Amino acid sequence: MSKSNTKKPLKIKQPPDIYPTKTKAQVTIIFFAIVAMYLYSMNWTQRDMVGDITDAPANMVSVLGKFFPPNYSYWSNIWDEMALTIQMAVIATTIAAIITVPLALLSARNITTFKPLYYATRTFLNLLRTIPDLVLAVIFVGLFGIGLLPGILALIVFSLGILAKLISETIETVDMSPLEAMRASGGGTIQVIWTGLVPQVLPQFTSLVLYVFEINVRASVVLGYVGAGGIGQVLQSQLRYGHIAFPNAMAIIVLIFIVVLVIEYISSKLREALI
Amino acid sequence: MIEFKDVSLVYPNGTQGLKNVNVTINDGEFVVIVGLSGAGKSTLIRSINRLVTPTNGSLLVDDEDILKYRSKNLRKLRTKTGMIFQNYNLVKRSNVLKNVLAGRLGHTGTLRSIFNMYSKKDKSLAYESLKRVNIEEKVYNRADELSGGQQQRVSIARVLTQQPKYILADEPVASLDPPTSHQVMTYLKKINKEDNITTIVNLHFIDMAMEYADRIIGMRAGEVVFDGPASEVTEKTFEEIYGRSIREDDLRGGTES
Repeated sequence: MSKSNTKKPLKIKQPPDIYPTKTKAQVTIIFFAIVAMYLYSMNWTQRDMVGDITDAPANMVSVLGKFFPPNYSYWSNIWDEMALTIQMAVIATTIAAIITVPLALLSARNITTFKPLYYATRTFLNLLRTIPDLVLAVIFVGLFGIGLLPGILALIVFSLGILAKLISETIETVDMSPLEAMRASGGGTIQVIWTGLVPQVLPQFTSLVLYVFEINVRASVVLGYVGAGGIGQVLQSQLRYGHIAFPNAMAIIVLIFIVVLVIEYISSKLREALI
Repeated sequence: MIEFKDVSLVYPNGTQGLKNVNVTINDGEFVVIVGLSGAGKSTLIRSINRLVTPTNGSLLVDDEDILKYRSKNLRKLRTKTGMIFQNYNLVKRSNVLKNVLAGRLGHTGTLRSIFNMYSKKDKSLAYESLKRVNIEEKVYNRADELSGGQQQRVSIARVLTQQPKYILADEPVASLDPPTSHQVMTYLKKINKEDNITTIVNLHFIDMAMEYADRIIGMRAGEVVFDGPASEVTEKTFEEIYGRSIREDDLRGGTES
């Protein structure tokens, strides 16, 4: 637009667009750049694939064929291991839920007004979250040997990272005014938190703990795979036996599938009731 | 008795909350503090229970300088000064009785309060307090089910349960409609007379201040600019305190909510 134009009173010939022309152009460019990126990376991954994508369906049929029919009679051998996996998740979630409370309070900006402590706790939790659960399990198996204990420890550390973060964020959104009233009526720090804060976050707290429990049931299966006990370990050993044991492995997978579904159903119903 | 001796308060951001305040509040008085928002009313009232801490001077409550208090003394001080807030400050998810019992926190050990082990005496005191503000039928309702006026009455019951020597009310009617405002002020006045509890109320409605106060303290820019019995106060006095002419919305009788 030339200078002489801008000085004239603006004459609107048509209604203005919602976005300025410049923004529109930018968005269009970004959109096509992203599409181009997708196309390029699709092309790249295809190039590295072993064999042809057209072979995949046939391969799938032949592999799955070896797994079917599942050997359901094998279930009688693995009830104990399945129960162990669930127990692992229960114990780990419970302990994590307890340890979370002080950590979440210390990493909530509105409760921990002493900045260095707040930053220290938050950094610690961030570090905790960067370690994948599988790595934790490998480390603890290395430390304590094969068994349930390393699995439980790995799950505790893993769920602590998620739980403390989510709960501290919940704490940061509470209404601070009742806490002020509790303080003004002579309550000590613990009393103020217990009577003013806890009722406000208890429903979300329970809901998040149940959610982490769901995650832990699934994670404990995977952890068993690296020697942390439970059903995952059985699955791994069956798969190692080769083709003969595949129907057993399939029976395990079906059982895990059912158990995880049931637990998720119960937990989501409970969470619905809470919020 | 509460004595402000040359009390000043500067907030960390440099705002002057109080400036050389010298005021003595005698036992049993019903004092209303008036002033525009930002004049320092809240700061003055919150200095008394140390929700804020003055940076200069001395503030005596029952002949002790409370500015030197640390955690344990502070709890004792707060136990004898009850507070009422503009936004009621109830725990919305908790029921009315639990909210009222929170007034006993200062008198109750940490473990007992965690397990809700309040004594029979405390519980009947809480119920009696609810009766005094005529809201005992809501005892098991959740606080967020009540109207604003009802919530403020619950918060008065909480303060009564605390059995304080002083009541500090920070804009207790600013969120209420005119009839409810008068109801709340009437309860406060009644409690002041019946229990002989020294009561300090922040208000910015001049008609209410004149109607309920024994004594009015006017504040502007952190300073006390007027201090005298309510009978001596006229509209002219308020114009001096506010530093401008009186408008419709300075009156509770007005349509502003």
